[in-house]
Amino acid sequence: MASLPLTPMASPVKGSAGLTGSWRTERPVLDQGRCVKCLLCWLYCPEAAVVRGEDDSIAIDYDYCKGCGICARECPTKAITMVEEG
Amino acid sequence: MPRIVVSGNEAVAFAVKLVRVQVVAAYPITPQTTIVEKIAEFVEKGELKARFINVESEHSAMAACIGAAAGGARTFTATSSQGLLYMGEMVFWAGGARLPIVMAVVNRSIAPPWSIWCDHNDAFAVRDAGWIQFWAENAQEAMDMVIQAYRVAENEGVLLPAMVNLDGFYLSHAYEPVEVPEQQTVDRFLPEKTPAPYWIDVDKPMSYGTIANPDYYMEFRWKMQRAMDEAARVIREVDEEWERLTGRNWGGLLEAYRCDDADVGIVLIGSWAGDAKEAVDRLRSRGVRAGVVRLRVTRPFPARELREAVEGMSAVAVVDRSLSPGLPSVLSAEVKSALFNAKRRPVVRSFIAGLGGRDVSPKDFERIAESSLKEGEPAEVTWIGLRGVAPW
Repeated sequence: MASLPLTPMASPVKGSAGLTGSWRTERPVLDQGRCVKCLLCWLYCPEAAVVRGEDDSIAIDYDYCKGCGICARECPTKAITMVEEG
Repeated sequence: MPRIVVSGNEAVAFAVKLVRVQVVAAYPITPQTTIVEKIAEFVEKGELKARFINVESEHSAMAACIGAAAGGARTFTATSSQGLLYMGEMVFWAGGARLPIVMAVVNRSIAPPWSIWCDHNDAFAVRDAGWIQFWAENAQEAMDMVIQAYRVAENEGVLLPAMVNLDGFYLSHAYEPVEVPEQQTVDRFLPEKTPAPYWIDVDKPMSYGTIANPDYYMEFRWKMQRAMDEAARVIREVDEEWERLTGRNWGGLLEAYRCDDADVGIVLIGSWAGDAKEAVDRLRSRGVRAGVVRLRVTRPFPARELREAVEGMSAVAVVDRSLSPGLPSVLSAEVKSALFNAKRRPVVRSFIAGLGGRDVSPKDFERIAESSLKEGEPAEVTWIGLRGVAPW
């Protein structure tokens, strides 16, 4: 009990709640040919599961993507489509 | 020590200035408003170097105080009645987050019916929020209590928020002579805050208020109870130190007035203790041995001190300025619970009075004390001054 802090607080650590990608029912699939690197998906993703590359290309981290679909909704060139899992 | 004539609200504002509060966030509500108006004036004139944050609601006021306190600032707010209820969610948050915010609650009844007048239901509505709850009898005590409240709340073994309750209008707007402690006295009594283990550090980012599943939640709550136990000790200690500095000792957790040889004790909180003491003096001049037990603090509840204060009394009259419909008296229930396991306990009689600012006179307190000494089964509760069914 002494090791617990006074009030609930924690250092942010990637993956502290496990591989939350398993919660997904639909997965975002990216068509690199249509991507214009506007980075809106990267900005909007609430889980930081859109990974930005050095050249501003993007990739999706399926370990933590919960499949909410915001990236697909925001993408102005329809480069991301939601595909049912399984 | 300069002596000034101020209202209870102004006394609180002077105390806030003396403790060098750094952040104030508040929203106006009667009868609290003149506290933060006076503080705003101090800030505007440069007499108090504090950030005054104007907010759109009491919920936001407490949210701003929570952020400021987590950042390490000495923080103050004030509210009343509906404002405290609207703030409610954040009030509980401040308790669980262990932030030593001090808030003045100028007690006002709850609507409907609308009423700006005094009773204690507002503060009792948040009695389980993990806040220390102090109750002032007069303007001088309200000033001293705010200063003491910071010392208690910021104690490293306590780290809980503290609420200083003062009766709406009876204290908030009535003018009394008050001795103002010297700035250097207060600076010595209350030095700058020492960092708490959770202070926000931009170089070491943390998540606050994180989830604690069933395997951890209970321990955090247990720690709050332990902090309240410690607060009881610190409150007594701090009041004794205050006496050495100012000559004023308010009694620690409770004040026992003429209780030593008393047969009957009136137990209450707040400003009407003055009327009860007047009644006790009159009763004693007629040979009735009565006393007053005024609780200065209801969280932590001073159970042990109460048992000691009423030892040897045959009856105790709890006069409650609040109502829990269906109980009906919270204060009586708490007094009874504290006395139940005492070896020799007095009969406890329960009175509801003064709701919504209904006047209660010293004569009423005389009758309350005398009727409590009569033999017979105690009534579940007696309402004082209720139209049509009043007992006298």
